[in-house]
Order: sequence, then structure tokens, then C-alpha cells
Amino acid sequence: MLAACGLASAEDLFAHLPEDVRLKQPLALAPGVSEYEIVDYFRGRAAENASAYASFLGAGVYAHYRPVLVDTVVSRGEFLTSYTPYQAEISQGTLTTIFEFQTMICQLTGMDVANASMYDGSTALPEAALMAARVTGRHRILVARTVHPEYREVLGTYARYGHLAVEEFAYAPESGGVNLEEIERKLDDQTAAVVIQSPNFFGIIEQVEAAAQIAHRRGALLVVLFTEAVSLGLLRPAAEADIVAGELQSYAIPPGYGGPFAGIIATKEKFVRQIPGRLVGETRDANGNRAFCLTLATREQHIRREKATSNICTNQALIALMATVFMSVYGKQGLRELAEQNLAKAHYLSGQVKPRFTGPFFNEFVASTNGRSPEEINQALLKKKIIGGLPLTRWYPELENCMLLCATEMTRRAHMDEVGRAFQAIEHAA
Amino acid sequence: MSYPEDLRYTKEHEWVRTEADIGTIGITDHAQKELGDIVYVDLPKIGALIEQGKSLGSVESVKAVSDIYSPVSGEIVEVNESLAQAPEKLNQDPHGAAWLVKVRMSAPDEVKKLLSAADYQAYVGAES
Amino acid sequence: MITKVRSHITQNESLLFERSSPGKKGYQLPELDVPPVDPVEALGAANVRAEIEGFPEVSEVEVIRHFTRLSTWNYAIDLGMYPLGSCTMKYNPRVNELVARLDGLAWAHPYQPEPLAQGAMEIIARLEAALAEITGMDAVTLQPAAGAHGELTGILLIRALLEKRGDPRRKILVPDSAHGTNPATAATAGYAVENIPSNDRGMVDVAGLERIVDKDVAALMITNPNTLGVFEENIRSIAEILHKKGALLYMDGANMNALVGIAKPGDFGVDVMHLNLHKTFSTPHGGGGPGGGPVAVKKILEPFLPLPRLKRVRNKWTFDYKRPRSIGRVRAFYGNFGVMVRALAYILAHGGNGLRNATVDAVLNAVYLRKKLEPYYDLPYQAPNMHEVVFSDDRQAKRGVRTGDIAKRLIDYGFHPYTVSFPLIVHGALMIEPTETESKLELDLFVEAMTSIAREIETDPDVVRAAPHSTRTRRVDEVTAARRPVLRWKPAEPASKAAD
Repeated sequence: MLAACGLASAEDLFAHLPEDVRLKQPLALAPGVSEYEIVDYFRGRAAENASAYASFLGAGVYAHYRPVLVDTVVSRGEFLTSYTPYQAEISQGTLTTIFEFQTMICQLTGMDVANASMYDGSTALPEAALMAARVTGRHRILVARTVHPEYREVLGTYARYGHLAVEEFAYAPESGGVNLEEIERKLDDQTAAVVIQSPNFFGIIEQVEAAAQIAHRRGALLVVLFTEAVSLGLLRPAAEADIVAGELQSYAIPPGYGGPFAGIIATKEKFVRQIPGRLVGETRDANGNRAFCLTLATREQHIRREKATSNICTNQALIALMATVFMSVYGKQGLRELAEQNLAKAHYLSGQVKPRFTGPFFNEFVASTNGRSPEEINQALLKKKIIGGLPLTRWYPELENCMLLCATEMTRRAHMDEVGRAFQAIEHAA
Repeated sequence: MSYPEDLRYTKEHEWVRTEADIGTIGITDHAQKELGDIVYVDLPKIGALIEQGKSLGSVESVKAVSDIYSPVSGEIVEVNESLAQAPEKLNQDPHGAAWLVKVRMSAPDEVKKLLSAADYQAYVGAES
Repeated sequence: MITKVRSHITQNESLLFERSSPGKKGYQLPELDVPPVDPVEALGAANVRAEIEGFPEVSEVEVIRHFTRLSTWNYAIDLGMYPLGSCTMKYNPRVNELVARLDGLAWAHPYQPEPLAQGAMEIIARLEAALAEITGMDAVTLQPAAGAHGELTGILLIRALLEKRGDPRRKILVPDSAHGTNPATAATAGYAVENIPSNDRGMVDVAGLERIVDKDVAALMITNPNTLGVFEENIRSIAEILHKKGALLYMDGANMNALVGIAKPGDFGVDVMHLNLHKTFSTPHGGGGPGGGPVAVKKILEPFLPLPRLKRVRNKWTFDYKRPRSIGRVRAFYGNFGVMVRALAYILAHGGNGLRNATVDAVLNAVYLRKKLEPYYDLPYQAPNMHEVVFSDDRQAKRGVRTGDIAKRLIDYGFHPYTVSFPLIVHGALMIEPTETESKLELDLFVEAMTSIAREIETDPDVVRAAPHSTRTRRVDEVTAARRPVLRWKPAEPASKAAD
């Protein structure tokens, strides 16, 4: 091959690079190793993480059973190793699954159109906010304190540079849901959107309809977020929302220490040209057969460049496919039954400990530790190979002696009883 | 196609037809040919103020977006809503049924700076 | 004569909703070990949904057949070469998939106690260090979820530094050959974008740059090698011009597959850059994502990196949130950890020398293709190419055939098309990047296909213009898809309704 290129040696390939730019030393990296050694290395790292612990952590990342079929499907080379479906003739597999995905998200959220996924829920939020700003021509965003704290941080980063003014509003201290009067007070004619999360970070289901009415009266859009997709199987969809954004990790996406996940943005028909990210549409091919293709691409960066709706160049195709397989396996009845099991587990757990808030909750809630530190309770639980709930003072200093507990269909009664005992033991000691 | 004599033209391939103080604006046949199949038109709302030479919206094909530059200044008084359902009209009848907007002109004399049909014909003949 | 492919029957398949039938089940949940709870009692009727209308109900075998059949309609790296320029479609090693699925890694919760997450943190730290070494930079963040996300992070870092110096400035310069994400990113970060033209060698015009760079310019976003596959030979001067005026140099690392082990961006004046784990570092594209867009920076930008950062305290890893100058978070949690695992596995497998060898092979393959195809396709820029080569369709356009048509005909020959019509500075571009994965055998088949198509254009251009002919799906009507978008399935209207 070198001869065909008219070169004497491989080094000649780089002869044209400036001398002072070419490396004289090899990279200071360990030499390459065998497949066995690679597996061994990562097994070692995996063993240094929690293994075979029961966990009561939720807070935006949930432990749900992953049907075997999910990995069977996404491991197929035709899905795993394929490229973005720009060439529709040889990508109908990917395009069809995305079309199905878009449809199922619409069915679950009550919206008219959904995109082919965003990076994750936390980045879907600022994209939704920017979209609301484009639609309304306004620049203020009102966001509930009960939206996931890290999501709010991401919104803050994007807002600072995207000419958005973000203001937070409080939650009602008894119910744990948003304070509707606060929204009313802070709304003005420059508010592009009111953002709430339901179920919220505390697990409480929000009054979506009421919030929508308040927002719409002042010409603002309502953005509703979700982080626990399993709730969509049971809870009334936020049909009054203008934009729904959220995280699909609960749908067979491994918690994976925080990623990769898949977010979504869904909206009403009238806003379709302002939606960021990829869209797949139905059409026909030259033989008249139904076919799918990427469409409305003129919103996107590769065409509109600096005037694009977003700089996003990816959708989480493989991750979204995991969710699509999950949704197919469970189906209409399964998603309902799964959600009902989650409800039952969490409500059993709430009977073992004392919920802090009175609002209705799905599979997460804040428990009061009655004057003792949540860290102490968690230390006791660790000895039983149980990871307890999440202490909240890091983000909510007013919620001392509280922890956020989550129970899913994978949570065992015996472990919930242990948690109950750990809470009581502290009580007796107090 | 021959370019209608009663229209005035811009070098960015827009046209305007004036009746009293109302200007009807569109894109030329040359423009629609360059764009190919038109899929969408983004137009301003009634009441919007536009300026000669500034963008008043855009027209899209599958793979490209082009700004539409206004031939005249004024206030939008009517928008051709039929283009939302049938953007292909722009490919079929760019000088007639596929007009984009009607403007109450604030400076009707601006039209004098634009090209006549003959000048525009020569201009696009030279361009191709 | 097409030798790489032959027709085969593939299964038809409807949409899940069209296969659905009430009562079909693909799942089984365990019996509840706690009392069931009535949703209406617990939550109030207003909070409980009616059934999910139109949602599919199918059996397990229907699920597996559905997705398996659909998968057979896709092209993939596992089937053959993707000559897509700037995409670096290299082999996705399967050991990466195995290690990413190890329970202790796949089931780790980002909030689990740090003493129980040391393995995950070690992986993050090790990958950060490896990428810093590869790029010659001082610090790396793995938080961004994709290349474009990394670009945004990088530009926000520049902005934060300039703001600390008292003036964020107004403009970012972008070469006219740049990928669309570059100007889109600059605009998202609140900057105005100014295009700078390329010279006749396809590189940034240094004299032109000198004239344009003033106190209003925050940075230049450069891709090196650029989107023509050509190394910016004046890169050091470019960096100097910017630095003299207090501006920074951002490098889009999409083309790192030409540089790993050969040159380090940190050595030639780059202040901040992003990498694409799904390109250079072999993590799978999966039909469009996920990816990973790490950002590597010089010391001056380190204080502004997204938080948290890993810190070593008393021989353990911990996350450091005390970073007052940080731009904040660009996403929740720590980044696409699963993608990091795969990228690290790739780096471990190759080691320093292996990575360099991969680069040599990638560049050799592209130069080979250039030599073989030069007699048939116009080469608009003569400078030496690295890991990719860009031709133009000028010669073929005379016969009424454009790059898009040639790309579609390539499908009939058993290949995925190359990158069409990009970069924009080349008229009718054919952008070809083979990567190191392809053997001479596969490359020669590609050359044979491209030269055969060139001959077809001379004798029978229609066959190219109407391609592809042998795919299951023929050319799709993108115009109608855009004019009257149908973005979801809807149940058919009952006949009586339609009559009304």
C-alpha cells in the first residue's frame, strides 16, 4: 500500500507536519493488554463498587428490572454499530423504531409530537426553557424548587449564557408540592415559562392543571418535567402542559453511575417547528411503500448553523431503543401493573416510617428521622448491606433530619421492614 | 418564464406589485428554481414592521433555508395563509397565487430603486 | 459487476401498534409481597390516568421478531465499511460491551456512598488522565454528553475566563469549512459568529486572520486536521495571533483519529478542545447516540471546569464541589459513565503504541484511497491529506450526476455512502474516511465500486441518478415528509367517521 501511495515508509505519511509539532516520544500510556486482562481490570473496579446491596435511592435515577429482551435487541450489530439514519434506504430499522418511540412518548405524555430523544432529562430542561423563550419571545423562566436540584443547576448554566433570567419559587411546607400563590405572585408579562416537575423531587404529585391555568392567564407556557418514567403508567398525563420534558432512565436504562440516559421533549402540534433535536417522519418511497426518514431538518445545526433551534447533533438512539423495547415488553397493561406495584411498595414503606409531607406521592417520599441524623440511620443500614435514602440538606438546608426514600417493584418487603426497624431503633435511642 | 412587467424586482430575487400604497411581495421564479421543492415558508405576523433590504422571513427546501429580503418598507397588513398548507404553490405560481405578504408601504418611492422586468431578466440571465 | 452484495429476501414488518391486540402480554411481574394499594384512594381520582390509548400489547415472541426483522433493514459497521468523513466509523469492540454491563458498574447509583463507588471513580480518573496525555492538555472533564455538548462546555469555559478578566468579548470566529455545530454552539453560548474564509490550500488564511482578530474576538474555533482532512500547517502562528490579542484557540477534536500518538494539540497552542468518544475512541454510534464529548483544557481554564471534579483525599477518591469559579453543571451526575467505560477499555486494549499504530493505519488508508480515486474524481485541494480525503463532483456534474446520486449508487455496491455535500467550501463534496479498521481488501472493493460508478456515469448516467435500485426501500420522498409532517402513528379513523 505504501508503494501505491508513493511513500517509502509509514513515517512519510506525516512528513508534511511541521517539525515542532510531531511527537518525538511515544504516549506515556501503559502498553496494550489482552481481552482477558481488560475484563479482569473492570471486574476489579466493579468489585470496588457496591455489590449485592439493597438500595432505597431514587432522586432521579431508579432501580427497575431490565427485561432480558432489551439487551438481546440492542446488542444486535445492526442496531449497535449503525450510524445516524441520514441514508433512509439503509436505515429503516432505526428509523422505524424511532417513529414508534416518538408515538409511544406522545401516548404516554398526552402531547402531539415528541422528538427522537435528548441527551438526558437534565439537559432536556434548558432546551425546553429555550424553546419556550423562542415561542413566546420572552426571557424569564420561573422554576419550582421542587424540580431536581441538579437539573436546576444545569438550567442555571445554560440560562446565564442564553439570556434567560431564571427565578425559583417555593414549595408549600406541609404538602411538599408547589406553592401556587408563589407562582401567581412571581409571574409577569416577561415570563416565558413556569417549570414544575411531577412527581417532584420529593416524590409528590403536583397540581398540574391549576399551575397551567395560572401560567396561561399571563401568557406563559407550562413546562412539566418527569424523572420517574414509570409514573407515566399510572398518573394522569400533563395534558395542559405546553411542553413535557423528562428522563427515560427508568425504562430499562441501566443506572450506570449516572449515564448514558435518554431525555425527551414532547409538545403540542403548534410548536413543532421550535422543537430541538431529531424528528422522524412517515413518508413513501419511490415504489409507494411506507417508509420513514429524518425530517424538518432545517431546524437543526447542520443546516441552520448559528440560527438553529439547538446545537444538538445527536439523539440517544441506542438508549431510546432500550426504552422502546421495554415499552413493547410491558405494553399497555404491563406499564399500569408495574406502576401499581411501585405505588404499593412505596406506600407500604411509608407505613414503616414517618412521611414528612402530606401531598400524594408515587414511589418516592421524604421521611422524617425524628431528630436523629439520616447519616446515622444509613450507617446502621449499611451494616445490613442496605443503602438507605438520600439526606437532603445538601440542597434543602431547611430539611434537616430527613431523607428521600424510594421503593420500586424490585424492593423487598424484608428490606423495607429493616428500614422501618432502623428508624425505630433511633427513635427508641432518642 | 418571462417576468411580469407590472412587478419590480430585487437582486435577491424578490418581487413587489404596487397598488396605491399597498405592496404585494413574493419570490421570483428564479428563486423557486434555485431552492427546489419548497417545503415551508416562515412569514411575519400582521402588524409587523419590515424594512427594505432586511429579512422578513425565510423559505425552506428539505436541505436549505433562505432568507427573504423585503423589497419595500412598511407594515404587514395581510399574510398568505394558504402557503402553510400548500407551500408547493411557490414552485407552481411564484408570481401570482403564491404571493407572501401585503404591506402598507411607508415609503412608496423605494420602488424606484428596484429593477424592471427587463433589467431583472438580464440580471438572472447573466447570473446563470 | 457488483461483487460485494447480492439480493436476499427480508421479512416485512408492521408497526407495533398494528400488531397489537388487547390482552397480549410480553411480561410477568412477581406477586406483590406487600398489600396492593388502590391508586384512586391513595392519589385521588384526578391524579390517576385512564388507559394509555393506542399503546401496544404484544407477546414476547412478537417483540423479538419485530425488532429482529427491523434490524435486518439496517446497514452497520458489523456488515461493512462506512466511508463517512469526519465520523470515524471504526470497529466497536465487543469486549467494551461486556465490561460496561458488569453489575457493579451498570447498577451503580450516582448517589451511592463514595466508599462504595471507588471503582467507578477510579475509571473516571483513569480515563481523564489518559485523555490528558493523548491531547497534551492539563485537565479533562468527562461530563459533556456528546461532541456538541462538549463544544458548548468549551466555549462556556472561554467565556468564564474572559469574564473573569473583565470582558467576555462579543465574537467567535469560525472557518467557513466548519461543521454546523460550531456556529450553533457559539450562538447558544451568547456569541455572534463571524465566518473566516479558507485560502486556496483549504486552510485558514493567516494574513486574513491577523486582520480580523481584535479585542472583540473571544476565540477561534478550529478543526485540525480540518474538514478537508488537511493539517493546518500554520497552526502555531494562528495560536500566536489569537493569544497576542488575548483571545483563545478552541479545537474541535472530531478529527483526532489523525493525530493520536502523532501530535498533541496541547503542543501547538490549543487552549481548550473537545473529543468525541464515539469517533476516535470506538464507542458505538448505536444509530445516532449515545456519545461522549470530553473537554480537555490548559491550566488557565482548569478552575472553570464543570463541577464536581475528582479529588484524591487520604488515598480515596472523592467529588469536590468547592469550586467557586466553576461554570456549574452542564448536566446532572457525572457524564456518560457507560460510554467512558467503553472508551477506557479501548485505550487499555491498544496502549500507547497501539493507539499510534491505529492512527498510522487510518492515515495510510485515506492516502491510499486518495491515490486510487484521484484519476476519477476531482480533488479540489492538493495539500497532503491525513485520515480523510475530500473530492468534488465537478467532473461528474457535467454529465448531470451529483455527489448525492453517486452516494446512492454506492449503496447498490454494498457500501454505506460517504459524507455528502460537506464541507460547504467544496462544490458537491465527497468526504471519505475509511478509518484504520478497513483492510486493503475492503478498501480495494470500495475503490472498485467508486471507479465503476465513475464509468457508469460516462455510459449510463441514469442508472446512477435513479439509485439505489436493489435496496428494500427505494429513495424516500423527503419533500412530502417535510411539507406534511407525520411524526407519530395514529389509529385509523373508523369507516363511519370518515363518511361523515
